[in-house]
Amino acid sequence: MADDHPHAEWSGVMFDLMRDAGVKLFAHVPDAGNDRLIALAEEHNDTRTVLLTTEEEGVGICAGADLVGERAVLCMQSSGLGNCPNYLSLAKGAHFPLLMMISMRGDYGEQNPWQYPMAGAVESLLESMGVLIFKVESRDDLEKAITAAISASGKGAQSAAIVLSQKFLGAKGF
Amino acid sequence: MATSPTANIDRRELLPLLFPDQADWLFVSGLAGASKDAAALTKDGANIYTMAGAMGAAVSIGLGMALSAPDRKIAAINGDGEMLMGIGSLITVASEAPQNLTIVCLDNSMHGETGGQKGHTAATANLEAIARGAGITSAMTISEPDQIADAAKFIAEAPGPRFLLARILPTAPSAFKRDLDMAACRVRFKQGLAAGG
Repeated sequence: MADDHPHAEWSGVMFDLMRDAGVKLFAHVPDAGNDRLIALAEEHNDTRTVLLTTEEEGVGICAGADLVGERAVLCMQSSGLGNCPNYLSLAKGAHFPLLMMISMRGDYGEQNPWQYPMAGAVESLLESMGVLIFKVESRDDLEKAITAAISASGKGAQSAAIVLSQKFLGAKGF
Repeated sequence: MATSPTANIDRRELLPLLFPDQADWLFVSGLAGASKDAAALTKDGANIYTMAGAMGAAVSIGLGMALSAPDRKIAAINGDGEMLMGIGSLITVASEAPQNLTIVCLDNSMHGETGGQKGHTAATANLEAIARGAGITSAMTISEPDQIADAAKFIAEAPGPRFLLARILPTAPSAFKRDLDMAACRVRFKQGLAAGG
């Protein structure tokens, strides 16, 4: 499929790495940053997408998948991380190795003032709830960050978030 | 404010009648009384993951289990307060429509763990109607002991996903002491499954 979407190339790389690592469920709240990744997960027979009403449901779904020996990823915008902290007790307290893909709003070039408050809390929130951060600020960071997050949340038994900056994603016009 | 709905079911007797084959199920249960009753059912065996926090998450965890282990029977047991806190999860369950997922909501119309404060279902909120509105067509309410056998048949035979609302008496849950080590219980569950449980 020819896909000239600006996120098509790296989303394909991310999807392949996740699928190769055994990630089957892609729980998500739609965002421009995860749109192509979710489209790929919908297209492939061995992966499944789950549309959430709110992001913390995805924390629960990833934990449920882990309980029965499967892997899932929670894909969301940075604002949605703000809905998750109490559920992240499952990461910090119960050591569920959650994998997240967070597309940033409110860092580089953001024109919507509502996005800045939560954006500024993303790293401290993840750190305080025991989730490791693997940042992608340029294309060169991508494979390394994804691979590190997959390893950390696999054999590493840690919760891990791939955090994609707007420096990498590009900012939306407002 | 509407009067509280009638309910004459003793919660301590309910789950063993709904799940006579409990060893064949994988359970996740939410806070407080729901987990005490569910742990009493399974004797806190390896086939249950009980919680005492992350209020609202039980149904989402059950959904993750159901989608990831489609050949296993999964049950999520929670109370009315936490069902309302994670109410969107019913919509997600309906959209995904896992055939192997059963949700049991033990509705005592109050927040039993924090002092018995009245909850929304004591007034006009109806969780079966909400579940149906979310798109879960297999939905049932019971409030009398003589309806429990029909509810067990519903769990065994109705197409999934299933939502059972059990209106229960405002009496104490099972006095079962479960393991609250949330990390150890995760490992116990996974090892039990790996061992063929």
